[in-house]
Amino acid sequence: MKIDKDTINKIARLSRIKLDDKESEDYIKDLNSILDWVEQLNEVNTENVEPLSNISSSTLPKREDVSKDVNSSEEILENAPDKLEGFFAVPKVVE
Amino acid sequence: MNNLIKGEKHDWEMVIGLEIHAQVKSKSKLFSSSSTKFGSSPNSQVSLVDAAMPGMLPVINKYCVEQAVKTGVGLNAKINNYSVFDRKNYFYADLPQGYQISQYKYPIVGEGKVTIDFKDGTSKDIRIVRLHLEQDAGKSLHDQNPSKTYVDLNRSGVALMEIVSEPDIRTPDEAGMYISKIRSILMYLDTCDGNMQEGSLRADVNISVRKPGDEYGTRCEIKNLNSIKFIKQAINYEAKRQIEILESGGSIEQNTMLFNTSTGKTRPMRNKEEAHDYRYFPDPDLLPLEISKDEIERIKSSIPELPDELKNKFIETYKLSNYDASLLIAEKQTSDYFNRSINSDPELKNHAKLVVNWITSELFSLLNKNNLDLNNSPVSPENLGQLVKLISTNEISGKIAKDVLEDMFSTRKTARQIVDEKGLQQVTDHGEIEKVIDEVIADNPKMVEQYLAGKDKLLGFFVGQAMKLTKGKANPKMLNDILKSKLNKKN
Repeated sequence: MKIDKDTINKIARLSRIKLDDKESEDYIKDLNSILDWVEQLNEVNTENVEPLSNISSSTLPKREDVSKDVNSSEEILENAPDKLEGFFAVPKVVE
Repeated sequence: MNNLIKGEKHDWEMVIGLEIHAQVKSKSKLFSSSSTKFGSSPNSQVSLVDAAMPGMLPVINKYCVEQAVKTGVGLNAKINNYSVFDRKNYFYADLPQGYQISQYKYPIVGEGKVTIDFKDGTSKDIRIVRLHLEQDAGKSLHDQNPSKTYVDLNRSGVALMEIVSEPDIRTPDEAGMYISKIRSILMYLDTCDGNMQEGSLRADVNISVRKPGDEYGTRCEIKNLNSIKFIKQAINYEAKRQIEILESGGSIEQNTMLFNTSTGKTRPMRNKEEAHDYRYFPDPDLLPLEISKDEIERIKSSIPELPDELKNKFIETYKLSNYDASLLIAEKQTSDYFNRSINSDPELKNHAKLVVNWITSELFSLLNKNNLDLNNSPVSPENLGQLVKLISTNEISGKIAKDVLEDMFSTRKTARQIVDEKGLQQVTDHGEIEKVIDEVIADNPKMVEQYLAGKDKLLGFFVGQAMKLTKGKANPKMLNDILKSKLNKKN
């Protein structure tokens, strides 16, 4: 797989990152060299091997269903650039 | 049953699949200890995990996992010992993480099926593809301010079960029956409160149309419908829209649609260039979810009687039709009510159909009229049983019983009390009825003449007159029989 200009633009848009031409060129180079390196893994035969999603051998820790009632609104909204009556206020998102 | 829609040139068939989002009835969220209580003040139930503050880690709620397994069993589905949580990446103001934790390749529950029952006694299986656990997003309010959207994160991180069906549904009615059935299963299992108004249960509808027998057409997805009525409306509108496009030579663009509940129309949500690319990958913050066979068995053994089991029991024990039994099991409170009612008197077992009718038509229509729920019915199951018994023993007629039920409803008195107080016992005394009929015949010589001359319809007139004299209390069958024989003797 090769990263080209279109692909890098798409990735940038999906990540909401603005890239200028110079930056795009740099990222294309970087990502392609990473992909080339990873490509080597294709030489390994992985037939009949399930993909591994985690390398830890421990199991998923679980918690009991206990709710902690804390009125969080003040703390949660503390860093909000804009708020109103307990809500976050963000630029209008219309669908 | 004809499921086809008439088109200009040929008939069309709808192909429908549903994705149902059911909120797990848990006290705390899927990956945090914040409360899930509905209707609290905005952003009051948001932990640092839900707000996606840097460095926060999700810890899964054991209870939510168990409820998903339970629901899987209720859907006759395969429970997977091994499942994985993935990140579904997209940007939206009500999703602080920038991704939703969901399950993609390895869901907790695999293939299953549910059965829906039609009025004509037939039924149909709808196959389930999967059920997976995921986080809910926050709530956006778009209509409060002309230039701002308000965001409340209380719902952010609440556990949802997404139940995906195969495209086995062919009509809006089937879609309605399917979601009702899922709702009923969830409520018997007590894994979801089933409250569609509060959004605890909502559905995305995938729909396409095709010439019967053809391959599936291109589908559109209508997002976030929270009532059965809207689901049916949206399907009808969307199918018509697609047929119109196809018949005028166009083609359907795969799109995500929104349904406007006030205009009854669907419209595309986003244009194509914004088409979603979720870049799923396993969440590195969460290990795979493993459930042992023992644990699955333990959960299975804790499961209460499911609607379909109860339905079969009703059919066997009370010789009810498949459809009548399916009416009873639709809501747990209905089957509970029926059980209490029919067990209030040993005689009632032989009149189960009558009990069903008085609950599902007469009582339900009174409850509807008064905006009440069966749980708050002024008529107790035992009292309804008593009323049905009075009918079945011919003590009162069905017609009088309707008035009695209305009285019971408003006064909370028992059927027996009302019948005794008002002297509503049916007249079954042969002599008494005869006396009344003689009177009617004597009072209406002209009518009798016309009847004997062949105007058969006048029989109704005589019945009416006699009923009036007995204040509706005469046994209708006896009245009819005696009247006929008396009139014919005149011949």
